Amino acid sequence: MPNRKINWYRFAAPAYFYPLAGKMIPWFAVLTALLFIVGLYVGFFVAPTDFQQGEAYRIIFIHVPAAWMGMMLYVLMAVYAGIGWAFNARLGSMMATAIAPTGAIFTFIALVTGSLWGRPAWGVWWVWDARLTSTLILMFLYIGFISLQSSIDDPRRADRAGAVLALVGVINVPIIYFSVQWWNSLHQGATIRIANKPTMAPTMLAAMLILLAACWLYSIAVVLVRVRYIIQERERQSPWLAEALV
Amino acid sequence: MGGYALYVWGSYGVTFILLGAEVLVLLKRKRDLARKESPEQGSARNSQLESSFQENQ
Repeated sequence: MPNRKINWYRFAAPAYFYPLAGKMIPWFAVLTALLFIVGLYVGFFVAPTDFQQGEAYRIIFIHVPAAWMGMMLYVLMAVYAGIGWAFNARLGSMMATAIAPTGAIFTFIALVTGSLWGRPAWGVWWVWDARLTSTLILMFLYIGFISLQSSIDDPRRADRAGAVLALVGVINVPIIYFSVQWWNSLHQGATIRIANKPTMAPTMLAAMLILLAACWLYSIAVVLVRVRYIIQERERQSPWLAEALV
Repeated sequence: MGGYALYVWGSYGVTFILLGAEVLVLLKRKRDLARKESPEQGSARNSQLESSFQENQ
């Protein structure tokens, strides 16, 4: 393999990133649609009925991926916000801003589908349980991040304020993850652990993982679309964008 | 769905309505941006922007 040096820093320049992202979006969109179709097919037609919960368990295929996306997108958002703040890299901050709405939507989906599953499984829509409460806090963190940023006019100041909030809020993610171990919880424990074998049928696991991949690709596509609009709005005065507009 | 239809379809319904709404909001933002850049030409100007980016590479 030829030892070609790639200047990774140029990917951090909006002028380079903008057209690259534009080229990648259709691929992610097509793959998202494909994986959603395959995942839902496996989840509804291949995976067997659960012997304990009947058909209600099929909510898991979207509930668990949505909850994971809510947590993972938050960490990703905090990392980007931190990079944007520490290295004064504006694309990092713009990525954080672009991730927040999608993360909030997935967290909301996790809460709603959890509620719709809690009703048949536990008999209640909502309990003030450690896992449910910390996930609700996650959604408030996203909403806080979005409203804080939109309340500050100067974009770079908004980036810094958002970064502080995002980084402080990261502490909530391990709390959500370990909440079912640390506290007595109505919520069931982790189905998939790194060290142990998963405690579910292989086809059920497959459906969940395919839909997780679909949610990831969806998030990437949507975040790239959004970050391009943010670049367009914020780099309006920049020569590279002005040049392209002439 | 063994008596759980409302919960199961409700979950998937909410999910796809929300994801669809997110995509629609983004499409609206695209239209608004194109209008802001050139009110008289709208989306024509936006596609011009796209092609000039590709040429610049």
